[in-house]
Amino acid sequence: MGDQAQLLPGTLDLLILRAVSLGPLHGYGILLRIAQISGNALLIEQGALYPGLFRLVRQGLLKTNWGTSENNRRAKFYELTTAGRKRLREETANWNRLATAIGAALGAQPEEV
Amino acid sequence: MKFLDSLRFRIASLFRRSELDTDIEEELRSHMQHRADDLERAGLPRWKAERQARLEFGGPAKFREQTREAAGGTFIESIFQDLRFAARMLRKSPGFAAITVITLGLAIGANAVVFGLLNSLILRPLNVPDSQSLYAPERKASFLDPSQSYPDYLDLRARNRSFDGLAGFTVGFASLDAGDSPSTSWMYEVTGNYFDELRIQPYLGSFFHASDEHGPDSVPYVVLTYAYWHSHFQDDRNVVGRTIQLNKHPFTILGVAPPGFHGTLLIFSPDYFVPMIDARLIDGNSFLDSRQTRWVFMTFGHLKPGVTKAQAIDDLNSIGSYLGKTYPKDDDKMSFTLARPSLYGDYLGRPFTAFLTALMLLAGLILLAACANLGSLFAARATDRSRELAMRIALGSSPARMLRQLFTEAVLVALIGGALGLWGSVNLLQTLSVWRPVPGVTSTIPVTADANVYIAALVLALASGFLFGAVPVRQVLRGNPYEVIKSGGSAQVGRRISARDILLGVQVAICALLVTCSMVAVRGLLRTMHSNFGFEPRNAMMVNDYLNLGGYTGDKVPAMQRRMIDALQTIPGVTAVGMIDQPPLNEGWNSFIVYDDRTADLTPANAAAEVVGYSMSPDYFQAAATPLLAGRTFNWNDDANSTRVAVVNNEFARRIFGSAAKAIGGYYKMQDGTRIQIVGIVPDGKYTNVTEDPHPAMFRPILQAPSGDNWLVIRSTTDPQSLATAIKSKLRGLDSGLPFLIETWDQKLTTALLGSRIATASLGVLGVLGSLLSVTGIFGLSAYTVSKRKRELGIRIALGAQRRELLEAALGKAIRLLAWGSVAGLVIGILAGRALSFIIYRATPLDPLALAAVIVAMALLGLLGTWIPAQRALGLDPLTLLREE
Repeated sequence: MGDQAQLLPGTLDLLILRAVSLGPLHGYGILLRIAQISGNALLIEQGALYPGLFRLVRQGLLKTNWGTSENNRRAKFYELTTAGRKRLREETANWNRLATAIGAALGAQPEEV
Repeated sequence: MKFLDSLRFRIASLFRRSELDTDIEEELRSHMQHRADDLERAGLPRWKAERQARLEFGGPAKFREQTREAAGGTFIESIFQDLRFAARMLRKSPGFAAITVITLGLAIGANAVVFGLLNSLILRPLNVPDSQSLYAPERKASFLDPSQSYPDYLDLRARNRSFDGLAGFTVGFASLDAGDSPSTSWMYEVTGNYFDELRIQPYLGSFFHASDEHGPDSVPYVVLTYAYWHSHFQDDRNVVGRTIQLNKHPFTILGVAPPGFHGTLLIFSPDYFVPMIDARLIDGNSFLDSRQTRWVFMTFGHLKPGVTKAQAIDDLNSIGSYLGKTYPKDDDKMSFTLARPSLYGDYLGRPFTAFLTALMLLAGLILLAACANLGSLFAARATDRSRELAMRIALGSSPARMLRQLFTEAVLVALIGGALGLWGSVNLLQTLSVWRPVPGVTSTIPVTADANVYIAALVLALASGFLFGAVPVRQVLRGNPYEVIKSGGSAQVGRRISARDILLGVQVAICALLVTCSMVAVRGLLRTMHSNFGFEPRNAMMVNDYLNLGGYTGDKVPAMQRRMIDALQTIPGVTAVGMIDQPPLNEGWNSFIVYDDRTADLTPANAAAEVVGYSMSPDYFQAAATPLLAGRTFNWNDDANSTRVAVVNNEFARRIFGSAAKAIGGYYKMQDGTRIQIVGIVPDGKYTNVTEDPHPAMFRPILQAPSGDNWLVIRSTTDPQSLATAIKSKLRGLDSGLPFLIETWDQKLTTALLGSRIATASLGVLGVLGSLLSVTGIFGLSAYTVSKRKRELGIRIALGAQRRELLEAALGKAIRLLAWGSVAGLVIGILAGRALSFIIYRATPLDPLALAAVIVAMALLGLLGTWIPAQRALGLDPLTLLREE
């Protein structure tokens, strides 16, 4: 676990939206999906996921349905709403701009300045 | 909309609370089971996998709380939690709760009562349609006077372009005989258009109208008030059309006024209304044709839509100058202003407004003092609870949450106190509204607590809750949990002067101010009671008889007056019997304008003075114990056939002749040109009210200035009860059908001194409230200091401190605050006292006795407040104390 990165503040919401954008998932599934798509590089405390999920539901970005999971257990499934899809696009673009800018700033060589 | 949505969401989630909790619970469980499934698949036994899953998940309670908050359910819910917690905390310290609630209850109650009065008397107009546009023209004379003569009223009504119409009324007294026996009653004599101008409809039957008037005595109708109909006719709906006798003349009952209508004066409700045009029939004489006698008590009307007050005043003034030009003998150039009719125009309206505003201000100060008091109590409590608060901060409670908790407690106390205060004040107002301040007169103070009063009390309660709740905020926010818990929360010595000390100082200052005000007022009243009225009310009996109600007119009046005086003089123990048409300081008086003897052109503009005039029998001065300064009084030979004479007061002599010596034997003229010789001088007295400046007055013999109004003054040292019985039997012996009232002159004066009495009583109550607050404030601070510094004081005792030094250490600060606060309050009080002297006659703040009383009172309050803490400090046992800690 030593080489896992701490999550930047505010990025959990973006990761949740991204994970759910690939299809409806329950909470644990979202956790697994994030681990999978990030190549196990990000550390998320399991319980910390839920305040984020409820917040996104309240903001109208996610909608929920109780259903049955692949393990044949009752679980609550999360799904993107239209507003959520739009927010994901915006946030992704924002993130890319920020990442490029920071990457450029950090990668700059003394002679280029 | 965002806010509303979120609010709706929160409220909805409040009711879904349990649903939400189950939801969260189930979801978290589902999560852990899925994780356990995975772990089981990786080879762990089920029980181990489940345990592992729980461990990995972290603190479920914390996340549950955060999740619930994220779902938006906690705000209102936590307010309920706070309320429950606050109620529990208050139950745990009932003494604290009781003191705070009672303090605030008293303060808010005082405010609600004063506001209730202000609301009913000043803010709320008459209970008739469109009362906002209802105004009464007032003449600018030596004071603002709403009265008019009947011909002037007719001219004003006909010539103005500003009023929809102008109605008038005057207050009268008559005997009413509904068939059984005559009883005395109060009436409004009103113009025919009175009800129509007020735009009200009868409850029963009908009203009379302007169109019914066809000259004097043409409308023999009477309209009853609802209250009189209820009490004297037992709600009998068949009264309409019945005939009753008013002063022995038949009148037909036309209708009953609506229940909410008590006449156009707030403090004087009549029993019924009769047309003014019948004045001669009812009163026996009439001034309908006299332009000089301004007996129409007040006129009023609705301003036309779009007409401003200023335009209406201009309009009236131009009529005034027209009347002055046309009738120079009767009307000098009249100018007008407009006032609300309900409080007798500005005559009562102004002093009422001034007094109630001042009272409201003082009540506000009381509330402020109470807030200061509670603020320091709450701060002290926060210090006592600093360990608990620190613990909660350390355990992760957010400061915002804790502040909300503290405010909830303060507001809860404020609301309970406010409810208590409001309850008390509603009851008090109820009592006031049925109180009859003037015996024998249906004068009620129509105060009721309406929505305005409730809202005001609620707002005051909330505002004060936040005010004193805010005091400990800084203390809580700055508290360092680590330090507090380590040191046990008692070692802080703090700065030399804390916010709490300043609060107490301010509070003591406010209380000293209130105590000063009430002392000054009480002294003023005492001095008023013992001031020189120009007559001696003690040991004198007053009999007011109604010769006109008894059927005496013309020549029969003076003959009967003489017989009554002679009869009463024969009562054993009676030293003098006098008669006067209106006693001084009565509710009414007669005003005359007089001219210098050399003035030829007798127009009001050339008048030498406006004087109060009396008609009296020869022995009146003796009966009233008015000393004669110079000259002679009258005898029965000063009659219609001899030289016209008068006794005048000092002020009259000084004003017109320069001095008393020059006045004796001198002449002056009345409006009708009669020359009157001055034969005697009496000292200045009080005539219209106790607060007036020296006013010129003349006394004329009753045979030269006849009057049907009779007040007999009987001086005797016999006890009033048996004297009254003797008087009654003598008068009955003369005429068994003559109505009369007997009272002592002191009782009679109650009415004249009512204003000062009420003012003094209210200031006294506020003073007592202020004192209570300062005692609890000082007690609070010193008790708190002693309990906080127990250990230090114990060490001092152990090291050999003397009692004096110990007390200085324990209570020095409280005493110093008391001293400085009192001085500040006293100084402000002296400044404010100047304002008081406008309201209460002879209230002067620079009265050494009053100031000494304030100082003694504050010292006593200090002693009272520090006594118990001092005993506690002296009784400390160092050994026990040091062992305890």
